[in-house]
Amino acid sequence: MKAGFVRGALVAALLLAGSAAGPAALAAGPTLDPARSGPCVEDPKVMRRSHMDFLKHDRDDTVRRGIRGVKHSLSACVDCHASKADGRVLGSDRHFCQGCHAFAAVKLDCFDCHASTARTAPAATAAASVPGAAR
Amino acid sequence: MNPVDKRRREFLGSAAGFAGAMIAPGVFLYDYANAGVSDGASRPRSPAEPASASVRWGMLIDTTKCASGCRECVDACNRENGLPGTTRSTDSQWIRKVDLKDLRTGKALSVPVMCQHCAEPPCVDVCPTGASFKRADGIVLVDRHTCIGCRYCMMACPYKARSFVHEPTTGQKPDVPRGKGCVESCTLCVHKVDRGGTPSCVEACSAAGHGAIVFGDLNDPQSEIAKRIREVATAQLRADLRTDNGVRYQGIPG
Ligand code: SF4
Ligand code: SF4
Repeated sequence: MKAGFVRGALVAALLLAGSAAGPAALAAGPTLDPARSGPCVEDPKVMRRSHMDFLKHDRDDTVRRGIRGVKHSLSACVDCHASKADGRVLGSDRHFCQGCHAFAAVKLDCFDCHASTARTAPAATAAASVPGAAR
Repeated sequence: MNPVDKRRREFLGSAAGFAGAMIAPGVFLYDYANAGVSDGASRPRSPAEPASASVRWGMLIDTTKCASGCRECVDACNRENGLPGTTRSTDSQWIRKVDLKDLRTGKALSVPVMCQHCAEPPCVDVCPTGASFKRADGIVLVDRHTCIGCRYCMMACPYKARSFVHEPTTGQKPDVPRGKGCVESCTLCVHKVDRGGTPSCVEACSAAGHGAIVFGDLNDPQSEIAKRIREVATAQLRADLRTDNGVRYQGIPG
């Protein structure tokens, strides 16, 4: 699994980031806080490549048709992948969404609008959403 | 009178009787709410099912119970939807408390005004991208993924119900994403309604002991809101615009 991730990330990084990262850093992959529960709704290899398409498909079902609890829901991603320490997916390169997007050098703008804090409080630090932390 | 004219006259007469009390050609004393068109009581929908066109969500605001100076509904809306609650002219306000006074009689009213969830929404008509839309169950929303922030809908809305987000947002709720560059307005707490809940303003008004807002399915003859609008005189704001609002008011001069 780890090897698969590194390979996938390596491809993504080469495709998207050009020669910005050195081979050693690429081989290591991003170091991310582990998910709070598992398993993921799809195979992680599939998710790495296609999560944005899944999200885009299911958002229309929720926004336009009112279907709640879709399989690929951004708030569900956040609930699972938020850091155990502060309940967020952004904040540092160890945080799940920010860390991987920084590694792959892909702009992440979901959280300009969406909450980046898990619904379920992880620890004492879980605030509703930290002001000024959208990025 | 020839037979055709007679039939036409009878038809027009019955149609007028059905639609309202016509006091002169084209002048109606009352226009009845078009409630009670569905066949029966609405069945609670599972959150996994899409919104159904057999439901039309609406609210009835009893202006005789709404207290002047009370802002419980506004505050609850701000809390529920993660709005900052500031009231500069450029800040988002999904509900405004409006104070009215009839200068001839001195009768004063204080009413909350939010998106009226029009059946014929001008905001949807003018939106160039399709971001403004009306759900099957009558709730009018902005799909922020598609909104380009042109603000045509704000100009088209007769009720000043929409706000533009001018500044970066913080403190969003997981169920209520909102961000700079998009237009937004009352969603009837769609994230709660989809799970069988009630809008937060309605709950706050009840909790404060006023009970001035009733929420429910206008199409379900058994619902409290349908019963009330059958029994008491209620009006849609600016009914002359024929937007056929889902939000109705009791106790305002029609
Ligand atoms: S009240 Fe305004 S924003 Fe709401 S549906 Fe009607 S026109 Fe659109
Ligand atoms: S501001 Fe957004 S929702 Fe309003 S008319 Fe423009 S694109 Fe449509």
